[in-house]
Amino acid sequence: MDVLASLAAEPSQLLPARTQMAFTLGFHIVLVPFGVAFTAITLIANYKGIKRGDHEALLLAQRWSKVAAVLFAVGAVSGTVLTFEMGLLWPGLMDRFGAAYGIPFAIEGIFFFIEAIFIAIYIYGWKRMRPWPHFWTGVPVVLSGIGGTLSVVAANAWMNQPDGFTMKGGEVTDVEPLKVIFNDAFWYEGIHMLLAAYIVAGFLVASVYAVALLKGRRDRYHRLGFLIPFTVAAIATPLQMVVGDAAARAIFHDQPIKFAAMELVPETSSDVPETIGGFYIDGEIRGPKIEIPGLASLLSDYSTDTEITGFNSVPPEDRPPVNIVHLAWDTMLGIAGFLFLISAWFGFVWWRRRDIPKSKWFLRAAAIAGVASIVCMWAGWVITEVGRQPWVVYNILRTEDAVTSASAGGVWLSLSIVIVLYTLVGIATVLVLRSMTKRWRAAGEVEGVPYGPIVEMTDEKPPARLRGGDA
Amino acid sequence: MPDAVALVLWVGVVLYAMFGGADFGAGFWDLIAGGAERGRRPRALVDAAIGAVWEANHVWLIFCLVVLWTGFPEAFASLMTTLYVPLTIAALGIVVRGSGFAFGRVSTRLNVKRVYGASFAISSVITPFFLGAVAGAIASGRVPTEGRGDPWDSWLTSTSMLGGVLAVVVCAYLAAVFLVHEAHRRDDADMIRYFRLRAIVMAVVAGAIAIAGIWILEDDAPRLHDRLLGEALPLVVISTLLGLAALATIFRDLPRIARVCAAGAVAAVIGGWGVAQYPYMLGTHLTIDQAAAPNATLAWVLAVFVLAALICIPSLVFLYVLDQRGTLDSVET
Repeated sequence: MDVLASLAAEPSQLLPARTQMAFTLGFHIVLVPFGVAFTAITLIANYKGIKRGDHEALLLAQRWSKVAAVLFAVGAVSGTVLTFEMGLLWPGLMDRFGAAYGIPFAIEGIFFFIEAIFIAIYIYGWKRMRPWPHFWTGVPVVLSGIGGTLSVVAANAWMNQPDGFTMKGGEVTDVEPLKVIFNDAFWYEGIHMLLAAYIVAGFLVASVYAVALLKGRRDRYHRLGFLIPFTVAAIATPLQMVVGDAAARAIFHDQPIKFAAMELVPETSSDVPETIGGFYIDGEIRGPKIEIPGLASLLSDYSTDTEITGFNSVPPEDRPPVNIVHLAWDTMLGIAGFLFLISAWFGFVWWRRRDIPKSKWFLRAAAIAGVASIVCMWAGWVITEVGRQPWVVYNILRTEDAVTSASAGGVWLSLSIVIVLYTLVGIATVLVLRSMTKRWRAAGEVEGVPYGPIVEMTDEKPPARLRGGDA
Repeated sequence: MPDAVALVLWVGVVLYAMFGGADFGAGFWDLIAGGAERGRRPRALVDAAIGAVWEANHVWLIFCLVVLWTGFPEAFASLMTTLYVPLTIAALGIVVRGSGFAFGRVSTRLNVKRVYGASFAISSVITPFFLGAVAGAIASGRVPTEGRGDPWDSWLTSTSMLGGVLAVVVCAYLAAVFLVHEAHRRDDADMIRYFRLRAIVMAVVAGAIAIAGIWILEDDAPRLHDRLLGEALPLVVISTLLGLAALATIFRDLPRIARVCAAGAVAAVIGGWGVAQYPYMLGTHLTIDQAAAPNATLAWVLAVFVLAALICIPSLVFLYVLDQRGTLDSVET
């Protein structure tokens, strides 16, 4: 009933506005890893290709960069829409806090610019640039990807831990930009997302080749296509668990109600069990669930005596939708565990035999890991964003006070158009990538050498080796 | 300091109009190039001309939005809560345009390519029209300080329609001049003639609309009209002269100079709008000073701009030089 009462009090355009923001962000975030991390993976192949005269690696790098060209374009335009939406959907946030909140975005602008410029040079420079200079034009893309991610996430971290501004009479009168950027949530949120980008890009690209390996295309080209991205993701995954653990511990201190929703803790208590599954309905936790005694307390601050604040300590209108947050939390941890296991499996076999695990089950798991890692990243963002509700700027500005004044009907209309349009763009993206792969498969692995006339390559390695490989 | 940030914003608008404008205009020529066979060569030239650079061309839009919301948050919110209809259409147009272009380049089947090409071309006209309409609404003072102006009456005005049509025509003109230069580089005499003719037609159309615009503005936006023919007159005159110079140089086979003149003409007229608007951000009710964020924020925006100028402009020049030298692939499969 509480939920219904608070829904009734909300402005009616809030629901479609939040849905549109969630939908467009959810769409865009899938493309982000390709701008941020895929280039790094491509450059590894590119480096290997030039350094060792490895034809397959070069071919992979070149084809990956063509995939990146398509995905970067869709990412750039869907990112532009988000820029518009900041004002179209949340004018109350920009109006009041643009002077502080905008600063990380201004910095991100530089990184995005560099990224757009050098990704164009790298993608279109294959044929006529010399190998090493061409390789180096990719490096700014990787660096600006890191800088850009940290900048954008700095803005989001600021929403969670607002700092660095003075308010008088509802207006921001002074700003300390360094405190805005390096707010309390900056490092753990920023690095968490950065690693997520490498994990998603790695597992997703590897999953394509896992499917190919399962279908019996076990030549060196496909094995390498699997190995390079999978290795990157398998290294990032355990690091991510350490960062994630630090993030959860920080949220325990910084945003206790969000933490209570994650762990599904209604009443403030110590020796809190880790609840897996379950829903909070009518004042109690129902549905199938597993409880591990004391674990939630232990994980929060290294002792089962640790007291965890329950979400019932604040009035219903100040609580996030706890069931969504808790479900997202379980989903994220569950998938993270799965990704960690296959990373460890791969790591162990590689350590013993220098090979991809032979089991079909490993390849099947790796084939799922791509999509699973996207779901995991989505779940993480649901925890961050839904868990912060009802605040858009934590403890300062409520989301309902930031939303546009446009009519609910108008926002529903724009949401419907956005859903149709993005679905079409999403389908077209998949179709386009599929037709590219088909063409490549028809061309086989001995398509022309990526770097222009073969003579140019002789400076680096004798051309005979280019046709080598152990297929 | 607010004035300096406003200037930075204006530089962004001018650069977007020049680079983004030529880019949109290229889509216009793609749209009206005719059937698959007849339009094959101009389309190929358009594709080659903007292939590697279109994303960089459009970063200026993001730059403008970000400077606006950080430096002048109140004005940004007023703009967005009033003009959300044309802005939403423009944003969606950008999605369709960018993805249509990227998909079209890597598709090989003719009918599929045609669908993507058409989405790219149509949205290349729709987007600048609505951005022009937004400009018209701002220039004629239709955006109230507290925002939430009428979502329709604010931009369904003769000034906004003038802005929209002029934006489309000017983009097409710029693109035609740039494409003449592209054709020159490729020694493609047919395409030189093709786009030269179109540049001239568009210059005449743009000129005619601009002259008609004098009466439209007098009626619908008297302050803008008076200031454009007053304080901003020198810039308007410069713009006209540069526009004529661009035409003359196209006739004399000096496409490189023509390109600079055409871009200069666009920059001058937008500069003129800026002068006419000064010292107000919105209408005559919100000054630049009143709209400005606290000084610390403004200082950072300026610092970011300087940094961007130091890092991005050389990179951008590098990209354009590589592109113009033909170092970057024009045909992707």
